[in-house]
Amino acid sequence: MNRSFIGRNPSILIFLLVLAIFTIGVTFMSEAFGAGMISTSFVKTLGKTLCLALVAVAMDLIWGYAGILSLGHFAFFGLGGYMIGMWLMYERTREIVESSMMEAPIPPTEQEIVDGIGNQIFGVVGSSEFPAVWAFADSLVLQLALVVLVPGLLAFVFGWLAFRSRVTGVYLSILTQAMTLALSLYLFQNDSGLRGNNGLSGLQNLPGLDDVSQDYVSMWFFWGSALALALGYVFAAWIVSGKFGSVIRGIRDNEARVRFLGYSVEGYKLFLFTVTAMIAGIAGALYYPQAGIINPAEIAPIASIYLAVWVAIGGRGRLYGAVIGAVFVSLVSTYFTGGQAPDINLGFYTIQWVDWWTILLGLSFVLVTLFAPQGIGGLFDLVSGRHHPDRHGADLGPDHGSLREEEAEE
Amino acid sequence: MLKRLLVIVLAAVCLATLAKAQDAATQATDDLGPMQQVLQEHADLIVESSRRTIGPAIDAVANSGLEAAQTVLEVWQARDMYQRIEDGLFFAAEETGDDIFTLTDFDTGVVVGEVPDDALEQIKPNSGIRSLIGTALVSFQLNDPDRAKRDEAISSLERRGNAELLTPLRNSIDGEPDPALKERKMRVERLMTITYDPDEDARIEAIEEMAGDLGVDVRATLNPLVATTIRVFPDGNVPADLNIAREVEPGSEELPVAEAYEMLDGPPMVSSDDLRATLQDNIVDGRVGGIPVAELFDPERREAAYGALVDAGTIPPRPTAEEAAQAVEDATFVAVYAEPNPAITAAANRALGKIDTNVGLNQFLDLGLDALSLGSIYFLAAIGLAITFGVMGVINMAHGEFIMMGAYTGYVVQQIIPNHTASIIVAIPLAFAVTFAAGVAMERLVIRWLYNRPLETLLATFGISIALQQLAKNIFGTQARPLTSPDWLGGSVVLNDVVSISTVRIAIFVLALVFLCVFLFIMKRTRLGLETRAVTQNPGMAGAMGINPGRVNMLTFGLGSGIAGIAGVAIGLYAQVTSEIGQAYIVQSFMTVVVGGVGNIWGTLLGAGLIGALHKGIEWFNPSNTLAAQTYMIIFIIIFIQFRPRGIIALKGRAAGD
Amino acid sequence: MSQLLEVNGISVTFDGFRAINNLSFNIGRAELRAIIGPNGAGKTTFMDIVTGKTKPDEGTVLWGEMSRNLIGMNEARIAQEGIGRKFQKPTVFEDQSVEDNLLMALRNNRRAFAVLFWKPTDADMNRVSELAAEIGLSNALGRKAGELSHGQKQWLEIGMLLAQEPKLLLVDEPAAGMTPEEREKTTDILVEAAKTRAVVVVEHDMEFVRRLNCKVTVLHEGSVLAEGSLDHVTANKQVIDVYLGR
Repeated sequence: MNRSFIGRNPSILIFLLVLAIFTIGVTFMSEAFGAGMISTSFVKTLGKTLCLALVAVAMDLIWGYAGILSLGHFAFFGLGGYMIGMWLMYERTREIVESSMMEAPIPPTEQEIVDGIGNQIFGVVGSSEFPAVWAFADSLVLQLALVVLVPGLLAFVFGWLAFRSRVTGVYLSILTQAMTLALSLYLFQNDSGLRGNNGLSGLQNLPGLDDVSQDYVSMWFFWGSALALALGYVFAAWIVSGKFGSVIRGIRDNEARVRFLGYSVEGYKLFLFTVTAMIAGIAGALYYPQAGIINPAEIAPIASIYLAVWVAIGGRGRLYGAVIGAVFVSLVSTYFTGGQAPDINLGFYTIQWVDWWTILLGLSFVLVTLFAPQGIGGLFDLVSGRHHPDRHGADLGPDHGSLREEEAEE
Repeated sequence: MLKRLLVIVLAAVCLATLAKAQDAATQATDDLGPMQQVLQEHADLIVESSRRTIGPAIDAVANSGLEAAQTVLEVWQARDMYQRIEDGLFFAAEETGDDIFTLTDFDTGVVVGEVPDDALEQIKPNSGIRSLIGTALVSFQLNDPDRAKRDEAISSLERRGNAELLTPLRNSIDGEPDPALKERKMRVERLMTITYDPDEDARIEAIEEMAGDLGVDVRATLNPLVATTIRVFPDGNVPADLNIAREVEPGSEELPVAEAYEMLDGPPMVSSDDLRATLQDNIVDGRVGGIPVAELFDPERREAAYGALVDAGTIPPRPTAEEAAQAVEDATFVAVYAEPNPAITAAANRALGKIDTNVGLNQFLDLGLDALSLGSIYFLAAIGLAITFGVMGVINMAHGEFIMMGAYTGYVVQQIIPNHTASIIVAIPLAFAVTFAAGVAMERLVIRWLYNRPLETLLATFGISIALQQLAKNIFGTQARPLTSPDWLGGSVVLNDVVSISTVRIAIFVLALVFLCVFLFIMKRTRLGLETRAVTQNPGMAGAMGINPGRVNMLTFGLGSGIAGIAGVAIGLYAQVTSEIGQAYIVQSFMTVVVGGVGNIWGTLLGAGLIGALHKGIEWFNPSNTLAAQTYMIIFIIIFIQFRPRGIIALKGRAAGD
Repeated sequence: MSQLLEVNGISVTFDGFRAINNLSFNIGRAELRAIIGPNGAGKTTFMDIVTGKTKPDEGTVLWGEMSRNLIGMNEARIAQEGIGRKFQKPTVFEDQSVEDNLLMALRNNRRAFAVLFWKPTDADMNRVSELAAEIGLSNALGRKAGELSHGQKQWLEIGMLLAQEPKLLLVDEPAAGMTPEEREKTTDILVEAAKTRAVVVVEHDMEFVRRLNCKVTVLHEGSVLAEGSLDHVTANKQVIDVYLGR
């Protein structure tokens, strides 16, 4: 027990090493800093994949370790993206508006610039007024703070309500899905203040860096994403390695027992739910500048379900499993849906992967759930000989029918 | 001299000819029928056909008191009246052969003969004239023996009343044999009295009689009476003879100060855009009014530059904000009724007030019906789930896709069987069969391996859900497919102008009730229901008593799925069929079951009702925004679950398990 | 001597069924007590009420020197007050090592932040070894709890309870499914524990209760039927009727 944190978790070192090699490799093959073997758009894809891996780590914390199948973490991811997107879009539009107004014979007033930005941004939804939510859009520092605070606050309020009334298991999943649906429907409205279904766009352009080519910008974001993933991974590993990890795994396996040991289960869940929401927000804030556009469809419940799919395929309850799942599934998805995969001609019917990939994914997900609950990560157990106690078919979530507990009544 | 002589001679000749013609006409009139005489009297007007001058001609025909008057007007309106060029007489003509017209005399109704079309001149009344003729005709048609014509006449009056027709209408009421038409005539008479009767008391009486009536026509009649326009009196002296509704305060929402100021004919205010434009026009050597252009990003410097321009006399001074405010302050703004008679407007306002109250009550009723039908839809969508989730405890996220499969089954059946009624009758059992089979297959292949692992069931069924959705997209494409309801479901039941409900919704409501009964019957009265409950409560014990839990689970799951399929057909009739139709209902369905209380069908019913009512209620507050309604509804449900975590009807005690 | 736990007149009804009916019960600071009773007598519900799992319809549960009412507190709060509970079915965290299980149960600050930054001290590690020795699992510290035998799991759970250092231990049918040797060891652990704290044992097995050699409370239909030594209560006519049927 007195060995160091890293010493007890050699997988962290291995992970960091692999990540570093990957990052350096991509750097040397990029168009900006190396041989140009990897196109800038693929660098962006890789950078985005790292962000997805980060949100998958957060998902694994809350689901794989604490047993809370949240179908809302991609909503937090999207919120983070929206928060940084507001600043990017505001400042970028300000530049455009200023440069066009500067050509006028009379220099613009501050108010005219703001009005001009408002017109540019909200013209598509038939408005020109800045809604209250944009109050801090001109400040990078404040918007960066909001990247963490907004998802965190939403998770805190929602979690406080849900955990307090001891909603657990599938009920909680459905409730988080409802929250996600509510949020995306809200953002779909034109008067939500975030441009309705148009979403925020042009996020790939960094304000003030017009003369820097996307080749370089993409690399910066790639490095940023790699760093965030490394930090997030170490942080998550630190959380689950100590007694806190024991407690949340205990909550996953037997909530009532943990409660009778004197731990405030609700408090732990709330803490973890909020922290993972914040990590998801950070991942989103790094993802969407690389994607260039964010709209409410990104937040739709199905996205959060895919997140669960990644983690399940990669392997729940192990952090590297989540990373492997996210990276593997999203890259394979990109391959199949991007049109690169060759069609299969069966003679009477041609399988086009763009159409059939989702079906394959759905079915393979069913197969993984049925036959390989450990996911891809389970392969490592074959190598390392890690042994799992026979759980007699008990699931990883809380007890069957936890909601019906007596205490839930009042 | 010669010239003058010539003129005289010419004039004489002309006069002679004219006299001769007059003679001929006079002589002819004696032989002509009375209607032809009337027509000939106004021949010039009729032939000239101008909306402005035609009035006397139409009146003459209409008021001639002749039997033929109605025929003439009808023929005229239908552009079937022709003038014979030879003698200028008017006939009803019908083309009976190739360019050959058969002429009929108006007075006698006798066929006069056949003539080629070049011997005739068609009278072509324009649309304005035809509508005038139509108005004149109405008074005849109101008493026409043909019921359809009377009906048409009343409809014409309902669309557009006419002061002159008030009396003919009143006269026609007593003689009306058809009670329905009589009622309509009386109603139109009341409404026309409100608008056209010259007698104030009669109008007020009519207004009071119609107070509280829900008809849109009543509101359409009354609203113009109370319409107002805002007028300004700069010195505050409002003429006493105006029918004033109220004084308008500038700065209110109705009348912003800027608008109020514009109504006063003062010098115009200068907006910041105008100011900028003015400055731009007056740039001299990079300076405006002596201030360098580069400094003009500062609003204060702009003001200063404008001031300098004014001082220099380059531009006229503008009113300051204070001056404008003062001017607005000094003036009086009033809303004036277009209707000059205050007694009428007061009566109309009272009547409208009553109508509003009545409309409000009926809207509430309408909202209640809407909520009921929406609740039925949620109930339909959720009832299958109430079986699989509520009774068996299996989370089936592909439930929405079963609904979709049912809807597509209905669509495919309609492609094969074109008769809508027959296709629906075939589609319902077929949809049940298809989804029952799908449900059984899913239970056998996936779910039975995952009993008691709800989260994993949830995930696996998610996988099936996205696969099925994509499959539907591959087969049917992404565009919405119509599922047309049979004609007898197409209409709607109208109680009055406010409350109406479409027949499809009633059918869905009935279907929901039927499903409720079927569910109760199966669960409480059949062997399957008993075995299902036994297996759910204690699979081991049930197995020991000879029940095959696998078979029961399979059948129960199939039943829940099959009901989802039928619900899919019903929902498809009401909404467009797309591959995402199930997604639209799945969250609400789960909410319905959870809010109602898991494992209790009455709870599901209450939950559906609650969610339907809530949805409609929120929509009523913000009708333009259904997205917001859904958002707030979900938030409400999240909060609701705080207070009743186990739903409206909760199982209590140790039996509920822990 | 003042009582540690005073349960006064509690009643609870489930769907019209009166599970606990005006029940009163006291126990002192260092006392071993057995509760017996036929099925449905309300033994488990009684424990549920004391540990905060079930809220009674009426009555009070007073605790400790300050005589604080436990009703209205949540389970975690009550556990922190010093009431430990062992379930009928051994519930240990099977996916974690015996050491982790014990560490989690150790009496320490239970707040999330404190736990997050918590590092085991030497004293903590010594206490874990002591407990492991006491429950006979010294050699199994590194093993996953799921790999233990049924009896070992029961002991581990008792060990976790002891690690909590509770003032009152509620133990539900500890001997179920144990071999005779294991029962004997369990008896020793419980008797030893009762020297420094109050222990309430719910048990069906009269032989086991006899070996505990303590005061016995008989529950029937949600209220106390008799109280006293085992010999005393088994001589009671009513008790015989209840157990043997009338």
